[in-house]
Amino acid sequence: MAKEEQDKILNEVTQSDYKYGFSSDIDTDSIAKGLSEDVIRLISSKKNEPEFMLEFRLKAYRHWLTMKMPEWAHLDIPPIDYQDIIYYAAPVQKAKLESMDDVDPEIRATFDKLGIPLDEQKLLSNVAVDVVMDSSSVKTTFKEALAEKGIIFCSFSDAVQDHPDLIQEYMGTVVPYRDNFFAALNSAVFSDGSFVYIPKGVRCPMELSTYFRINAENTGQFERTLIICEDESYVSYLEGCTAPMRDENQLHAAIVEIIVKDNAEVKYSTVQNWYPGNKDGLGGIYNFVTKRGICEGVNAKLMWAQVETGSAVTWKYPSTILKGDGSSSEFYSVAVTNNHQQADTGTKMIHIGNNTKSTIISKGISAGKSNNSYRGLVKVVKNCEGARNFSQCDSLLLGDKCGAHTYPYLEVHNKSAKVEHEATTSKIGEDQIFYCNQRGISTEDAIGLIVNGYAKEVINKMPMEFAVEAQKLLAISLEGSVG
Amino acid sequence: MLSIKNLHASINGKEILKGINLEIKPGEVHAIMGPNGAGKSTLASVLAGRELFEVTEGEVVFEQKDLLDLSPEARAKEGIFLGFQYPIEIPGVSTVNFMKTAVNEHRKYKGLEPLKAADFLKLMRDKKNLVEIDSKLTNRSVNEGFSGGEKKKNEIFQMAMLEPKLAVLDETDSGLDIDALRVVANGVNKLKNAENSTVVITHYQRLLDYIVPDVVHVLFDGRIVKTAGKELALELEEKGYDWIKEELVK
Repeated sequence: MAKEEQDKILNEVTQSDYKYGFSSDIDTDSIAKGLSEDVIRLISSKKNEPEFMLEFRLKAYRHWLTMKMPEWAHLDIPPIDYQDIIYYAAPVQKAKLESMDDVDPEIRATFDKLGIPLDEQKLLSNVAVDVVMDSSSVKTTFKEALAEKGIIFCSFSDAVQDHPDLIQEYMGTVVPYRDNFFAALNSAVFSDGSFVYIPKGVRCPMELSTYFRINAENTGQFERTLIICEDESYVSYLEGCTAPMRDENQLHAAIVEIIVKDNAEVKYSTVQNWYPGNKDGLGGIYNFVTKRGICEGVNAKLMWAQVETGSAVTWKYPSTILKGDGSSSEFYSVAVTNNHQQADTGTKMIHIGNNTKSTIISKGISAGKSNNSYRGLVKVVKNCEGARNFSQCDSLLLGDKCGAHTYPYLEVHNKSAKVEHEATTSKIGEDQIFYCNQRGISTEDAIGLIVNGYAKEVINKMPMEFAVEAQKLLAISLEGSVG
Repeated sequence: MLSIKNLHASINGKEILKGINLEIKPGEVHAIMGPNGAGKSTLASVLAGRELFEVTEGEVVFEQKDLLDLSPEARAKEGIFLGFQYPIEIPGVSTVNFMKTAVNEHRKYKGLEPLKAADFLKLMRDKKNLVEIDSKLTNRSVNEGFSGGEKKKNEIFQMAMLEPKLAVLDETDSGLDIDALRVVANGVNKLKNAENSTVVITHYQRLLDYIVPDVVHVLFDGRIVKTAGKELALELEEKGYDWIKEELVK
């Protein structure tokens, strides 16, 4: 990266706290608080869904009623009143968007502020964008250009209308609604998200990207992403998330399902920057996410790269089922917690196919009074021959009031498997900072240098534009955490 | 260049420096010697601005500026360089990136544009040759996994890159074999000119065979108790510090 760019990033460190914390004044169509079968019917009818969708939602809801919120994570979460949440809120728009001019100027202004270009003419970078505000998708760019290659990139709602067969075939096959408490909740009330379909033999020519934005008050955001990659295809997908600063906690429970077929490859990158709450731990997003991909075909590849800096609570384990012989998956993660943030995050790699390979690189950074846990499972089933895994979990501590925890789980049922695990814990010391100071480098810049050096391995895996954003975020998130 | 008057400093309420007076002019090399615990390293840390130490009395003027008013990084950019007794490892941060940040911070302070990548690399190459440091070292993370001698060489390399007005070398000779000592001393001598000054803090006369001081001070119990020419170092080497203690009692 160019020096000027780094300077710019480091200069920004000395500025704001959470710079995405504004809210926008947009007409919102929202329903009353609370959850019931009637609410689910209302959501489904508002979205004009086919019958199978409503059935899916209701089954999920009935199952959810039988479940309890999981308590095994190293997280301290006050009880959540699920009847005190608005489950559907959508910006009011004209029925059908024909061009950018039809998008509410206030919404466009919001995304301009976030630095997300919606204007195709102005788009210099080769990225197609879908933006989701509160419960619905606002605009998807480059749809037509992608369609020429047979690629479908649209909001989940549009996919339900235009490609119900694909939805019906794949939805819930990787993350069934019975999977866990939050997956069941999401399956009952999810409102939008992104849908990606890459046909056989097609390499998606641009990065596909979704920006999620919570705007309305008292609402939960429940989105769902489904990515299907047919044989010999390739896609790189990015998601970013931000929210206004509010004093109450807001719930975000998402599902991501990815299906990777023979010799296909998916890269899935996340920069998660939901509002983390203020310095005293007031407000912030509760982020409970189930992300899972299946490498269904032979030699299928799935890479997860995530930079997690936001949310008051993060509960998230992007996982891969390695079913196809020779399939492989990599997981690269940087999770930063500061002030009172809590994160329990990691991955699961389930080795089923022969000669499957997984790599896990996890970098936790804790500051303030935060708690940061890595929780990862590597499982090799009985009939899986020649599985290989390498895991590395590093923790970096800033100050002496934060915590870092590592919970690796290994379940190996086949003797041919080779599984390695390495873990380190280190601290940014006052002596390191002073050493940098003595060479003329300010404390903020020193932390930026050290943290970015520490996270380099992960950030290097992200697409360029995201890497830049990720570096900035790391620096900003840790502002004022030493000294 | 540097004027220290009646400097007192303590750590955790315990007074270490008990009234230091010292004048250093441009182009001079001063050696500060003294037994363990005399306050030599504390003096170096206080000059560099380490917050661990509290200055309770006295003043330090550096190039007409009140040094004690400046942050550690501002002191560095004003031209004070501390060669650490125990240089710090910074894993994950390449020496190139570290030095580039430092050099450009210094340039910014002087109102200069950041160096272009090519110019910076050329500067690195020149300084590496000057202090005879191996490229293998500068390609790695800052001091990570370096031997004691390599760390000290790296200090001298950084000093060459930053071209300070005043270099304070804190026990740069400790833990060095004779070859490394020569390399380090040669580096210091090559960087010396009529405009800059050097303070060499050491236990032993050995280093002063290579870096010849203009003035030798003996620091004892937080005060400078004796100041003389370079012959004082030889006398200390021969007789130890006890005779100074005895002289003090008299």
